[in-house]
This record gives sequence, structure tokens and C-alpha cells, in this order.
Amino acid sequence: MSDIKYAEDHEWIRLDGDTGTIGISVYAQEQLGDVVYVELPKIGQKVGRGDQLAVVESVKAASEVFAPVSGEVVEINADLVAKPEIINEDAEGLGWFARIKVSGAAELDGLMDKAAYADYVKGPD
Amino acid sequence: MRYLPLAGADRSDMLDAIGVKSIEDLFADVPVAARIDKPFDLPPHSGEIEVERALAAMAAKNVSAGTVPCFLGAGAHRHHIPAAVDHLVQRGEFLTSYTPYQPEISQGTLQFLYEFQTQVALITAMDVANASMYDGASATAEAVMMARRITGRDKVVVSAGLHPHYRDCVTSFAQFIGVKIVAPPPNPAPQFEGAVELATLLDEATACVVVQNPDVFGRLQDFTPLARHCHDIGALLVVAVSEVISLGCVRPPGEMDADIVVAEGQSLGNPMNFGGPYVGLFASRDEFVRQMPGRISGETTDIEGRRGWVLTLATREQHIRRQKATSNICTNSGLCALAFTIHLALLGSVGFERLARINHHRAVKCADALAGVPGCDVITEHFFNEFTVKLSKPATDVADDLADKGVLGGVPVSRLYPEVEGFENLLLVAASETNSDADITALVQALGDVL
Amino acid sequence: MSDTGIIPATFTGNRGLAIEEKLIFEQDSPGCCGVDLPEPDAVADRLGGLQRTGDLGLPSLAEPEVVRHFVRLSQKNYAIDTGFYPLGSCTMKYNPRLNEKLARLAGFADLHPLQPRSTVQGALELIETLSHWLQVLTGMPAFAMSPAAGAQGELCGIMCIRAALEDRGDPRRRVLVPGSAHGTNPATAAACGYEVEQIPSNPRGRIDSTVLKAKLGDDVAAIMLTNPNTCGLFEDEIIDIAAAVHDAGAFLYCDGANFNAIVGRVRPADLGIDVMQLNLHKTFSTPHGGGGPGSGPVALVKDLAPYAPLPLVVNGADGFRLIEHAVAEGEGAKTIGRLRGFHGQIGVFVRALAYMMSLGSDGLRQAADDAVLAANYLLVRLQDTLTLPYPGPCMHEVLFDDGFLHDTGVTTLDFSKALIDEGFHPTTIYFPLDVHGAMLTEPTETESKASLDQFIATVKALAARAKSGDAEFFTDAPRRAPRRRLDETKAARHPVLRWRRDHDDPGDVEGAAGG
Repeated sequence: MSDIKYAEDHEWIRLDGDTGTIGISVYAQEQLGDVVYVELPKIGQKVGRGDQLAVVESVKAASEVFAPVSGEVVEINADLVAKPEIINEDAEGLGWFARIKVSGAAELDGLMDKAAYADYVKGPD
Repeated sequence: MRYLPLAGADRSDMLDAIGVKSIEDLFADVPVAARIDKPFDLPPHSGEIEVERALAAMAAKNVSAGTVPCFLGAGAHRHHIPAAVDHLVQRGEFLTSYTPYQPEISQGTLQFLYEFQTQVALITAMDVANASMYDGASATAEAVMMARRITGRDKVVVSAGLHPHYRDCVTSFAQFIGVKIVAPPPNPAPQFEGAVELATLLDEATACVVVQNPDVFGRLQDFTPLARHCHDIGALLVVAVSEVISLGCVRPPGEMDADIVVAEGQSLGNPMNFGGPYVGLFASRDEFVRQMPGRISGETTDIEGRRGWVLTLATREQHIRRQKATSNICTNSGLCALAFTIHLALLGSVGFERLARINHHRAVKCADALAGVPGCDVITEHFFNEFTVKLSKPATDVADDLADKGVLGGVPVSRLYPEVEGFENLLLVAASETNSDADITALVQALGDVL
Repeated sequence: MSDTGIIPATFTGNRGLAIEEKLIFEQDSPGCCGVDLPEPDAVADRLGGLQRTGDLGLPSLAEPEVVRHFVRLSQKNYAIDTGFYPLGSCTMKYNPRLNEKLARLAGFADLHPLQPRSTVQGALELIETLSHWLQVLTGMPAFAMSPAAGAQGELCGIMCIRAALEDRGDPRRRVLVPGSAHGTNPATAAACGYEVEQIPSNPRGRIDSTVLKAKLGDDVAAIMLTNPNTCGLFEDEIIDIAAAVHDAGAFLYCDGANFNAIVGRVRPADLGIDVMQLNLHKTFSTPHGGGGPGSGPVALVKDLAPYAPLPLVVNGADGFRLIEHAVAEGEGAKTIGRLRGFHGQIGVFVRALAYMMSLGSDGLRQAADDAVLAANYLLVRLQDTLTLPYPGPCMHEVLFDDGFLHDTGVTTLDFSKALIDEGFHPTTIYFPLDVHGAMLTEPTETESKASLDQFIATVKALAARAKSGDAEFFTDAPRRAPRRRLDETKAARHPVLRWRRDHDDPGDVEGAAGG
């Protein structure tokens, strides 16, 4: 659980071998409020770093979820479609969006670790 | 100035409270060069009597359709509007409220919109409908944009049977965003053979096919086979209905496997108004609901557990999604949708079905009568309440001559297709429950005289 | 179902005049019909085998039931006719009844759009007369009359700009839009194939002209500016901005939704504006109807006029006529095409013209003055109670933010819901987006001073209550409206968008009566 990394757009990624699990941070779901809908990528979809991977919506807002690193989508969390509230309940666990086969592992170096991200979201308002 | 409640003393008291000497001080941010200090060259204020006189004089220069036998259709239809409809839509709580942004004090609007959505879904035989668009033509253009979003494709096949105004709206909306439109030329043949031709135009770049039923010449068609062709290749079938009364007795688009249905709802509850305001209907399958344009009312509960309604799925819309919205539409046709809802509530299944059959019956009777007029051939075989006739003279002249004789006899097809050669002698004739036997006799007689 | 406080629940769930009303679908009374229609004679049908079969599923009701249903629904709505409706940016002013009467004259309402032109000269004259009034009031040389609402007017305007630029061989790529703009602006630009770039406001609540000028370039097609803007302020640098925009070869689109503040005092043409839509349902008091119909005629400068959408009304020697199709040359040769089925919102035109004739040149100006006076009165009387992100004077609406609620546990939303219990419609909230907890307040010219004073007193009392620490009073509000707070999350997570026979009223789940 220690290898979680965060992007500035509030996505997290956890690497297991060359597979990265991606979701949005606890902070991001708090900002959104009750999540009512997610639009997930298709399996096999290739994404570059910063490309749109998914969309997450609350009642009054819609946000894109960007791929923090490049790769190919190998699995999606279909449970979110029927129960988007999982994202509010466990954003950095069961509320994951997709797993990708990471092609640009070096890109992880540009992401923040847990402590750095905590500083980042606390930072000057 | 009967609409302004501030009295002279109020104005000066308020200026004092604000701490300025004159109203001009409040316009201080307006550049001096742009301030106009003299009255505009327009008449001064008037009482009700004067305004009524001026506008009634303008109205009197028109021949209102109810004063003569009227057989005009082609996208706008004259029907009887029950007295209760106009009474209810004039209730101030409906008339002078706005988009229900505060649901706790807008349940009246939200509930009737939910009833409207349900009615539209039922008569089109679709899963869901939105809370209305401006009219049938602009709704058709929005349907094409929606099909493009769903499929990610840019080619649109438009049936030759689609009302040319609807087709032109699609063209206008599409012109700057890389949409390619394929539209075969119109042909008023007795039966619509275009479905076969349309299927040959489909390919894997096609987002949707847009057809109309009954089509612009009045013809009816079963589009089920075309729907299958569309779905086989990953395209959507969009069906437009320009005369919504037809849905009372004609197989609905949903039963032909349409993916999106748009319609002109004017015929229910709304006067012809010389072209507007009207009400566009927009229905689709459940799976596409998040790509629909426009407002949607949805059921929920309040904190005491009582049922209520709210505007929902708003993240599709411009006020949240901005440049990524499904449409730029904001204000739609709320009050016209209310008139539609009330009229259809009065009719119910039995009344709506009967109204449709009466319309068909009047049109059949009219077609039979016209078939006996020398120089007039009824060329449409299967139709609902509108059909095409071929005259021995140019239809525009005939329509003008008929108007001189006090009959609004039909819409010249060349008014819709001035660019198409060979349509000069075609006239579209529509009938409705408002046409009596005497009206039909008057048309037959006048046409006989003119031809 | 339990009621709040000490009032015991009723058997029916009704609360006196507030009567619970089921859906029409739940009041089906088979055998009834609200319209008497004769059974048609049997004829050989010509439907070609396409008869509809099976029940449509519409409920059957007699006329009294239908009338009562919709009267009861109407009683659950707040309206201008009910009370003060300061919904900013929406211009909820009184809608005169004379306008309703005249729009119903058979000579307007009962006209088919495709009647021979000899039979509709008065209707075409109406369109031309309204266009003339609008031209004089804006100083603009041409109006496209057909757009169905403000948003369609925007579409019309940006399409005309794009068509003109393409004619120049230079379609360009970007449209600049302030962050405070109505959502329709960026949505419209995108619908015309443009990339949208956002311009921030400056500390004075106006567009940051330095940023704007830096972003101008030869790929900018237009800037969409609202003036007076959505903060209720006049864009005082607009003439200078217009010059810069024109120097860059771009067009200045003005969102005219707030024209009501300056009618009779400022002509948009004198500000350097190239295109502007007018929302007749705002400025010229045609009823909002629970969300339409609106009407959005578009003012065009000379260079853009040839691109106006069809149809066009032409006043010739032999009377008025319509140009309904694109032609090879002359008027209509360069049109962007058709945006809607027929000629325009004629029913709305009648109402707008009746309103304009009633007020006249002097009254229209007085209306703008009174609207601005009322907004500034609210600003001054409430500036020490609420918080102002930008100092006045304002135009027709005043923008407050939620600074005054800091640390009270009360949000802008909660405060608004408390206003509902007090018998007011809340202000526009959380718009513009770039002002925190925005409360955009537009009193309009049709409120009396007594009405404004009552609102001021109420807001002051509520603000004092919020600051006193009674957050629950607000977070629980409204308590006295036809419904209390509704669960929008539930509605969006599991959408129920239509009635179905097998779907129960969720309010009946616990077996309570009524609901």
C-alpha cells in the first residue's frame, strides 16, 4: 500500500508489476460530493499520460479523470456503474476505476508520493 | 406607466438612500460617448386601448385559418384546442414561473414535465423523453448531433422524405463541425421506395439515418427493415414525426426499432401561431439518455420521504458542462409542453386514438372527393391526414386563386422545394377534425373552378 | 406521514390548500374522456397496414378531473404573480395580461405559416415592426428574427461570424469567453466548431482586458462578452475592447441577456458590438412559462447581415414577402441556412411588441432606470449585511457572495432555502461560477418600494439568525414549501424519468396515506 502515487489532477495509481490500478483521491471525491455516475474506458483502449481515461460526475459537476501514466486498459471496475457511491465510500480502495498495463513506467517518477500529495492539497488555497 | 410601481417619492427616497443625486450617477460606468440623453425616435407610452387598436389592426390584415376552409399542413396543423387547455396555461403560477431551479417551490412544473415525458415516451413507444425542445425541426438537428456523439461518426444520411425545413436545420447545425450529409433527391412517387436506396448509402462511417413518418409528401412507411440495416452497421435510426396526431393510429417509431424519435408537438394544445412558438419532442432509448440534449425531470423523494421531482442529469447541460455540453439549449418550450400535456390528458388513449382516426377519415374523404376533380390527381397511396395531389396547373397559382375564393387549399410543394424541377404542379393537402363536409365541398368546388 | 413541529399530520397528507396530487397516470378512470369526439364513419383505411395496435397507455380522465389536476399542480409553483422573484440574470418582471390577450387574436394565433402571402401581410408587418423597434433601441442595422430562444440566438450569431470569416478564407480557431459567462456561451462556440478559451475577471468584476488583449491573435474568431455582465456590472472598457478585437480581425459578440438594464439609455451599436441576441422573454417581458418559450432575435452589423438565417422578411413595393430559401445572388445568397422549422416565435413577438408599445420610448427608458435604481437600492441597504465581491454602482442586478456566512455553518444554498420559507423566490445561486457562493439578485423594475423593503428586512433578519449560530434553522429549510429538500443524488444515481405501470409511488412505501 505504500507505493501509491498521485497526480496533480487528483488521480492515484498503484503499481503491481507492470499493472497500474487507477482511481481518484479521497480529497477529489470530497470535493466532488456524492458521485452519481462514472463513464469508464473500454478494455484495450490505449491512453497516453494526461489523456482522458474516465469521467466522474456528481449532481452539479462533471470531471475528467486523466491517465497519470501511459498504458493500455486491461480491466475496468464495472461495479462503479451500478454503485457509483463506492467512490465516496472507498475512493483509494474499492473505488478504483481501471487497471492499465503501464507502458511508460518512468512517468511514475513525475508523480507525488502520499506525503507530497498531502502537502499539495493542503497548500495555499 | 401602469407596469411600474415606483412612485415619484419612492424614486427620490431611494436615490437618497443610495447617496446619489440622480439616476444618471448610477450609469457612471457607461462611457460618456455611448450615453444617449434624448428620447429615441419611437412613440411614447400608450394605454391598453391604443395598443390593442394598433395590434388588432395588424391582425385584421390577415386571413385567420379558422374563418375559411383550411387544408394546410406540411409541418404545422390546425386542430381544435379544448377550452380548458388555454385556461390552464394562463394560470399565473405556470405562465410566470421560470425553469424549476428551486424544486421545493416548482413541483407543479416538474410534475407536469414528468407527465409530459411519460406521454411522449408512450406515444412514440420509446423508453425516455426530455422536457421539450424548440420545435420538431431543431430537435431533428439535435438528434443528429446526438447520434454523432454516440457513434463517434461523422456521416449522416438524410431521407428524401424528410421535410426540407428539417433537412435544412440539420445542414445548418452541421455545417461547421465536419459532418458530411448525404441526401438523395426528393421524389413524390405514390409509395416511398427510399428505404432500399437509403440502406445502400449506409457504411461504417455513418452515424445515423434520418427519416420521417408520415413523410413530407404524406406517405407512410415501415422503417423496421431500415432499422435493422442501421444497427447491423453500427448506425442509429432517427425518425422524425411532423404531425404528432398520427401517433394515435399509426405504428409508432419505437415499434420500428428507432433509436431516437423527434417530433413536432404543435398539433396538441398549441395554435399554429404563424410558425411559433412550437414544442419539439425528443425521445430515445434508455442507454442513450446521458447523451440527450435538454432538460429532464426525474423522480425522487424529499427528506420526509414524500415523492417529488427535480431537474436531473444536469451534467449533460451547458450550465455545468459548458463547451462539452450535449447542446447549448437552455430555455425550451415549457408552456407549449404544458398545453400539449393538458390536451393529451383530456384525450387519453381513447380520445387520442379516435382523434387520429377522425383525422385519417377526413383526409380519406377529402382525397376521394378531390380524385373526382378534373385536373387533380391524388398520387399518394398510403397516408395519414395529408397527401400529395398533382394539378393541371402550377400549384402556387392555384393556391393563390383558391385563397382569393376564400379557401386555404394546400401548400404548394414548390414552396418547399423551389429548386426541384417538376414539382411545380404538386400540392400538399392536409385535413383534420376541424374540416367539415362543407369544407371539403368548398375545396372541391373552388378547385374545380380554378382548374 | 409526520409533519414538522407541533402540527399533527393529516389523514390525507394534504395541508389545507396544499393538496397532494398524484400523477395523471395514477388517476386512470377507464371509460372517461375529457373530449367528446364523434365516432368516425367506417371508411376503407389507407394506412397501408401500418395501424397502431395495443393500448397507448394514456390515462382516461373527464374534464373536471383534468382541470383540477393542473390547478393543483399550479398551486405548487412559485411565480412572479405570487411574489418577489429576484432570480438574477433571468429578469423575472411582471408579465402584462394585455400581451396574452393580443397574442390570442385569431389574426395572429390562428395563422398557418405557409398561407399565401396575400393572407398574412399583417403578420409580416408585425415582424417588421418589432424588428424596427429593436433596430432603433440597439442602433443596429439588421435583425435576424427567427431564433427560438437566447441560446439559439447565440448560435445564430456565432454561425454568422464563422460564415463571414470563412468567406474571408480565414475561419479561425478560437473564441474567447469570460469565466463569468452564461454556460450557453462556451456551449455555443463549441457547437460552431470553435475551441473555447476562458478569460478571467479583474479585481473589479470586469473582464481582464490585459489578458484579453494578450490572447487576441489572428486565430481568434470572436469574443463573447455579456454587457452588463453577469456580475451586474457594466463593462466600462468595452469601447476599447471592441477596438482591440476589431484590430485583431475578430468580432465582438455581446450576450444581450441583460439588455434590460440599458434600454433607452445606451445603444449597443455605439459600444462597438457586432452581434447581439436579445432575449424577448427577459428584456421585453414575455412570460417565461416555466422554461420557455423564449425568443432570441439577433442584431447584426452590416458586414454580418448577409449571413442571417432563413427566412427573411422583405418589405417591397407590393407588400411584404418572405425569402425562405437560399438563392444564388441577392438577399439570402450568403445565409447560414435555417435554424428552426418556420419564421420565428410570432406568439412571443406579439407580446413583446405590445409591451414595447405600452411603455413606449419614455417608458422603456424609465423601466431600465427603475430596474437599476432597485438593484442599487438593494446593494446599498444590504451591503453591510451581506458581502459584496465588487463595489457598486451596479446595473440591473447586484451580486453578493457568501463571505457573510463565513464560519456560520450555513451555505448560500441553505440561506436560499430559508428565503423560500419566508415567501420569497431565492436569488440565482452559485452563478457566476467564479464568485464564491454567489447570490445574484435581480429585483427588476416591477417591484414596489414596499416589496423591496420587505425583502431587505427579511434578509437582514435571516443574516442575523445565521450569525447567531442557529445553523439548523437554515440547513433544515425549507419546512413550509410543498416539498422539503429533495434528494438530487438519488435522482441522478438511479434515474426514474417516466412513470411506468409497475412503478410505485416511493412516497407510499411506508403505507402512509396521500403523498
